[in-house]
Amino acid sequence: MDLSTETLMDMYRKMRTIRMFEDKLSELVNTGKLAGFLHLCAGQEAIAVAVCAHLRDGDVVNSNHRGHGHCIAKGVDIDGMMAELFGRSTGTCKGKGGSMHIADLDKGMLGANGIVGAGIPLTVGAALTAQIKETGGVAVAFFGDGATNQGQFHEGLNMAAVWNLPAVFVAENNGYGEATPTEFVTPSTDLTKRAASYCMRTESADGMDFFDVYEKAGRAIEVARKGEGPTLLECKTYRYYGHYVGDPMTYRKPEETEEWKTKRDPLDKFEAEAVSRGLVEQGNLRRIDDEVRESIEKSVAAAEAAPFPSVDELTTDVYYEND
Amino acid sequence: MARELPMLFAINEALHIAMESDPDVIVMGEDVAGGGGRADQGIEEAWGGIMGATKGLYTKFGASRVRDTPISEMGFLGAAVGAAATGLRPVAELMFIDFLGVSFDPLLNQAAKLRYMFGGKVRVPLTVRTCTGAGTRSAAQHSQSLYAMTAAVPGLKTVIPSNPHDAKGLLLSAIRDDNPVVFCEAKSLLFGSGEVPEGDYEVPIGKAAIAREGSDVSLIGIGQTVTTALSAAQTLESEGISAEVLDLRSLYPMDEEAILTTLEKTGRLLIVDEATPVCGIASEVASLCVDKGFDFLNAPVKKVTAPHAPVPFSPVLEDAYMPSAARVVAVVKELF
Repeated sequence: MDLSTETLMDMYRKMRTIRMFEDKLSELVNTGKLAGFLHLCAGQEAIAVAVCAHLRDGDVVNSNHRGHGHCIAKGVDIDGMMAELFGRSTGTCKGKGGSMHIADLDKGMLGANGIVGAGIPLTVGAALTAQIKETGGVAVAFFGDGATNQGQFHEGLNMAAVWNLPAVFVAENNGYGEATPTEFVTPSTDLTKRAASYCMRTESADGMDFFDVYEKAGRAIEVARKGEGPTLLECKTYRYYGHYVGDPMTYRKPEETEEWKTKRDPLDKFEAEAVSRGLVEQGNLRRIDDEVRESIEKSVAAAEAAPFPSVDELTTDVYYEND
Repeated sequence: MARELPMLFAINEALHIAMESDPDVIVMGEDVAGGGGRADQGIEEAWGGIMGATKGLYTKFGASRVRDTPISEMGFLGAAVGAAATGLRPVAELMFIDFLGVSFDPLLNQAAKLRYMFGGKVRVPLTVRTCTGAGTRSAAQHSQSLYAMTAAVPGLKTVIPSNPHDAKGLLLSAIRDDNPVVFCEAKSLLFGSGEVPEGDYEVPIGKAAIAREGSDVSLIGIGQTVTTALSAAQTLESEGISAEVLDLRSLYPMDEEAILTTLEKTGRLLIVDEATPVCGIASEVASLCVDKGFDFLNAPVKKVTAPHAPVPFSPVLEDAYMPSAARVVAVVKELF
């Protein structure tokens, strides 16, 4: 493992930020402070952080409706994200996008996406740009198991393979497409099999294990960057919250969720491994926890104090105007 | 003597100019090379697009910038959106606008909305070229004029030229526009010739054009119905009615000023549209006239459109389906 203590602490900070960000959002919705559809990714933090650890600013990431973690992992500022969720003019997208459309092209974040599977062809396009303009860049799509049943997934993977594009397709298989278990709607829960007909490289990782994802994503991204083609990387994972905040979760037993939380939690696992190997000190991780907690409280306070967009903004940004 | 070319060649010329003048312009779609990369067998550019509009591009600009795509309209339009948002200027060919049925999401929810959703922080300089219209015996799934669907989506622009001159200039404008533009090519016009200047020029998006001056009634045409309107105007002239013909050219943004100006001049207005009548461009023009041109009206605004029915195959039925000059003449006479 080529990770320095400093990098590991940064990885932990990102994962903890995602966890606390999502927990805070749940609380804010439940206390009536936030509106809209919120899809939280607590439980899946290791995947976003381990994949994005290999990316540069010039590399492009596309996300899905469960996108806060991907944004944070790619370096999008949480103050802007929180303000966006509060619909304020200081938000990442000036309050016009909301949870499902956070984007920051300066950071290579080409957007969360409210249409399941739609980020996959967009990623193919971003990889096409990298290939044609010879930027050395890589494009990564994050999507769930449900998206692998969409035509956009299959059309996108086919094109990426046939054009040998620098792309990595990260399937976060959390076992449920909304309320429906994956095995009810997908012939095999081994999603890597889907790449076979596109003759595409695959990797399968334990999405709850940062180090496993880090290693396999690293290989996939290196292959892509060298011009040796795309990979489908499947990460088995679990979402702690429901499909959306407010989901009664009647489709799964609380014991099942408890089991994942107590035995396979990605932050606990990371900490146990990093500490036992002597790579980081537990005390430093607790200090990070406190710092992250404070930064999230600050982001909420700043968002609540920020102005709403002017109603004049209603019809701006629909078209680019040459002037 | 001015140079005359078929509209198809004018489009081809615009693509060559756009690709020469900007290395970020790429062309992608089904069969746009049509056998690109088979030089070893002596086969290259077998098709150059279904109509041949992209002929010669592969040889001149190479496989990287001229890509045959799989028959995956949703996939390659989505890829074109992603490429446009990250620094390329793609021209994607959606063979027939009817195929929006399998590919609307990249236009409706991605290309049209990225800029707004991202708070103005992205540009999507995408052009989608697509064949529209009836009259070629292609039946219900290859003959529709669905441009009202794209014109209705905020974030998209939609244009349709009626002659080779405008086709070349409008396509260059569309490609160079930093917004997604749907460029409609009426199939029945592609092989008709007209004057086309040499070199690089643009026809602005959002401007209609007077195709014929007149004083008694205004006929608004869209794509091939400009020809229908001009033919009707000729008949009407012999019967003592002077008709002005306005070629709409741009469906969104629509040139409201030009429509109201001709209405003010003649006091009577009829829209000829080969699309179906419900929620169409003709209805939009009529609404504008009633809303902002009410005081100019000396007669009801009239629409001559296709019926609310799919496009039929049988030549007899298809001919009856499309708006004819005779129908336009008959309806105009009701206005006096």
